[in-house]
Amino acid sequence: MATDLQTMPLDGQDVLGEIQKYDFVTETHGVFKARKGLNEQIVCEISEMKREPRWMRDFRLKSLKVFESKPMPRWGGNIGIDFQDIYYYLKPTEHQGKTWDDVPPEIKETFDKLGIPEAEKKFLAGVKAQFESEVVYGSLKEDLAQKGVIFTDTDTAVREHGDLVREYIGTIIPPEDNKFAALNSAVWSGGSFIYVPKGVKIEFPLQAYFRINAERMGQFERTMILVDEGAEVHYVEGCTAPMYSSESLHSAVVEIIVRRGARCRYTTIQNWANNIYNLVTKRAVAYGDALMEWIDGNLGSRLTMKYPAVYMMEPGARGEILSIAFASKGQHQDAGAKVVHCAPHTKSRIISKSISKNGGRSSYRGLCKVQDGAVGSKSNVVCDALILDPKSRSDTYPYIEVEEQDVQVEHEASVSRIGEEQLFYLQSRGLTEAEASSMIVSGFIEPLVKELPMEYAVEMNRLIELQMEGSVG
Amino acid sequence: MTETLKIKNLHVAVGGKPILTGVTMTIRRGEVHALMGPNGSGKSTLAGVIMGHPNYEVTEGTIELNGKDILEWDATERARAGIFMAFQRPMAIPGVKMADFLRHATTNVRKPDRKEGEQLIPMREFRKELRDKMTQLRMDEEFARRYVNDGFSGGEMKRAEILQMAMLRPKFAILDETDSGLDVDAVKLASQSIAEIGGADMGILIITHHDRLLEHNTPDFTHVMLGGRIVETGGVDLARELYTEGYDKVRQRHPEDAAVEKEMAAEKKFVSGVA
Ligand SMILES: Nc1ncnc2c1ncn2[C@@H]1O[C@H](COP(=O)(O)OP(=O)(O)O)[C@@H](O)[C@H]1O
Ligand SMILES: [Mg+2]
Repeated sequence: MATDLQTMPLDGQDVLGEIQKYDFVTETHGVFKARKGLNEQIVCEISEMKREPRWMRDFRLKSLKVFESKPMPRWGGNIGIDFQDIYYYLKPTEHQGKTWDDVPPEIKETFDKLGIPEAEKKFLAGVKAQFESEVVYGSLKEDLAQKGVIFTDTDTAVREHGDLVREYIGTIIPPEDNKFAALNSAVWSGGSFIYVPKGVKIEFPLQAYFRINAERMGQFERTMILVDEGAEVHYVEGCTAPMYSSESLHSAVVEIIVRRGARCRYTTIQNWANNIYNLVTKRAVAYGDALMEWIDGNLGSRLTMKYPAVYMMEPGARGEILSIAFASKGQHQDAGAKVVHCAPHTKSRIISKSISKNGGRSSYRGLCKVQDGAVGSKSNVVCDALILDPKSRSDTYPYIEVEEQDVQVEHEASVSRIGEEQLFYLQSRGLTEAEASSMIVSGFIEPLVKELPMEYAVEMNRLIELQMEGSVG
Repeated sequence: MTETLKIKNLHVAVGGKPILTGVTMTIRRGEVHALMGPNGSGKSTLAGVIMGHPNYEVTEGTIELNGKDILEWDATERARAGIFMAFQRPMAIPGVKMADFLRHATTNVRKPDRKEGEQLIPMREFRKELRDKMTQLRMDEEFARRYVNDGFSGGEMKRAEILQMAMLRPKFAILDETDSGLDVDAVKLASQSIAEIGGADMGILIITHHDRLLEHNTPDFTHVMLGGRIVETGGVDLARELYTEGYDKVRQRHPEDAAVEKEMAAEKKFVSGVA
């Protein structure tokens, strides 16, 4: 399919193009065999496989050099990754090569408990590369296209909106930013590309799985969102079902520009399998009176390091970041937020909630920076941690850098443990111990869950209940 | 046969320290019992141990519900079997709405065999019942949307406890100083409501220092606790004596228990002094 915005091929040309594309791939690149490791040749092959323009290949190669020159981060969690032992690019068909039988039973069971429809289950498990949502969402996409909205996967965007991508990619998060941003820039695949023209307000959330694309399951997603002046968009990524993947490293980059008077809300709920390193760089810049909101839920994975950022560039810009982290056995959630006030009268708010259970570890790591000259700026940070048992752990690392006098910066942190008395109280009303703890946990995250779109809130609560199951005794 | 809650020669320790030393009491459905006694004599401990508080260790004696030993049951099972306690100090559960909490609680108590994740009572039916009960207790509808005991005033907490009792319709209810924190009118209303909820159906143990809660709930029996034991049991007259004259006469009549009381109080001071 030519673009995601079209339900059906508009004419024979598209169908033909589609067929030719596949022919091209199978005939010319039939020799491409996925192999482990990372070097210039592999990066070139990836670029070639995707039939990318030269500038993109050059961007990748330059990024690879940066990646090689950068040390591993020395903070956060322990990253035990052998970069030469990873597949950096799998053809969509290879993703599809996995069968339903390869999916671990506990993942299947969770899908069942969450009541995920059959088709969606296979998609989520990475067994099926496409999720048949096209028919359902077809009319919606047409409507968007008419307004000039671009909503597609980033690979397609490079081919069809090359100028736009070229102008902005790497401008918010340059490859030099950190080792994993460099890695992503070198080997990225998939991700969403969204452009919302001036003044266009999209009333319903755009969801990643509205997209129909084989590369949805990419481990190195590259997402870009450009919200033009006065426009509004809410993008929802991921899903509460566990993301099953045989790959152990996932490293995404998300770049967002929110122009004057515009609004962007980005909601992610990710629930990774336990073997995954999830190292993500997410950053937005907000201009005059614009509002950027990140809502970020992190569950599962072996290690997640993720600190969505908002840079407030012009007066009146606002940034809000809400995050929930749930760390269970063998998991470390090192999550948080960054707000940087670069202009006067900018405002930020961070609410972070973490839950540690069954030996899990969660850390809040946050930066609040107010640059010299950003007079009248306000920042409010609240981070609360709930620890469910003595084996579990929670830490807070707040970094506050204020270079200006006339500002208001507040930071509150709390750590609490589920109290025996609370459990007894709820049990004395007929709740089981497990029901009681999950009720306490859902109450703890409720201030955040109520910010989620309805269906996500419901799923989030169900997910927490599942995470809580068997946590007792 | 009338259903009974029978406590026999109950000895209870907390953290190895004996607190109750031989409490015996039988409550039948339909009866009102008043339990009085100075602070620190062990009234709340008795209430907690009947409800199944995990920290209270029963070292001797039994608690039986209709002839069945319930000591091994946890609080969940006891609640589902029809035992209720209105807490002296209810716990706040931030972020959990009263209505959601009550819907879970009510479902569980009415369907004692319910497993986690199984259906709750239908929303409509539940809402209607809750609204009716709240009107009866003259509570604002807004109350149902507030978080459980979070930021409640003392009086609001106690009224919330009565609302819970009204919804759960227990067989046996223990009310631990449910009148404290309420103003005169509110206690009157509470007293009436308790009588209405209980009717002739519920066995009630009312822990109190005052007479107002007993106004519409005339005790069939009054027990006085001192130093971890019930030292006297009488009728409504005993209650009257206690709330008008205090506990000095009781202490004089039971010098040994009064000595234990003193000791417990001193020990407590010592412990808290160290901490
Ligand atoms: N959890 C506890 N840990 C230690 N001591 C306790 C605990 N609960 C009660 N006690 C002690 O038991 C005694 C009786 O307390 P309580 O039952 O609250 O009395 P009352 O309700 O009659 O005022 C007091 O000395 C109190 O300090
Ligand atoms: Mg007491």
